[in-house]
Amino acid sequence: MIYVTRRAEFSASHYYHNPAFSAEENRRIFGKCSNPHGHGHNYTLEVTVAGEVDPTTGMVMDLKELKLLLEKEVLEAMDHRFLNKEVPVFATTIPTTENLAIEIWKLLAPKLACGKLHRIRLYETPDLFVDYFGE
Amino acid sequence: MVYLTRRYYFSAAHRLHTEALSPEENRRVYGKCNNPHGHGHNYVLDVTVAGRVDPATGMVCDLGFLDRLVRREILDRFDETHLNLDTESFRDRVPTSENLCMEIHRLLQPHLDGAGPGAEVRLERIGLQETTSNSIEYFGGRENNGPLRKVK
Repeated sequence: MIYVTRRAEFSASHYYHNPAFSAEENRRIFGKCSNPHGHGHNYTLEVTVAGEVDPTTGMVMDLKELKLLLEKEVLEAMDHRFLNKEVPVFATTIPTTENLAIEIWKLLAPKLACGKLHRIRLYETPDLFVDYFGE
Repeated sequence: MVYLTRRYYFSAAHRLHTEALSPEENRRVYGKCNNPHGHGHNYVLDVTVAGRVDPATGMVCDLGFLDRLVRREILDRFDETHLNLDTESFRDRVPTSENLCMEIHRLLQPHLDGAGPGAEVRLERIGLQETTSNSIEYFGGRENNGPLRKVK
């Protein structure tokens, strides 16, 4: 088994708010991130695919296809968007980095033509990232 | 299970030297790191916690809680110190990055296994970079399937 990782970057804004909490609770739990006008990040996404090397091509998968898949499924949906307002799932799910990583997994896992999605790593800042392995 | 990693920075001096070896042996084993006056590094510390996303908050672990914990237990203790001379941890132990990484794990684990508002988490991994070409990882000496414990 060999692991191939492709990196992509996107920029988006979000804010953290749970309507089940009071205004004070939202402020206490989420701090500055609860500012209703949102704030932004430059996200760095690393998608790792596991597979065997095809002896005829020497490749696990066509990396251009992976790049196009990331652009189509993730960047078109999220790049330069206000996640809470413009990405439907985040109307009801708080767009934390944790939930973003899980949603990106759900978008990509069924669409991979070959290889198996192994890991989603999502950096919110260079000092903070989340890993999700699908379970 | 989601794995969240937060990065911290601290700077410290140390000297690699053990009384168990002769001066010549210390010099041979530790090389430049045995220089009696010590030397320093800018350490990069990665703290990884594992847990499930709390559906109410969307978070694995309150980052404010994690920051305060690492500040109190690690940065206040080690940042801008001489590890051998200024810290209890390395009074009788060689402050290699291996030992420092394991000591950081020991100091954080009791507060992270089960701690953290609203979440069930465990300390998964400590990563410690001494230089850009030298880093250590410690998982607590167990497989990566230790139990999650409920918040206190």
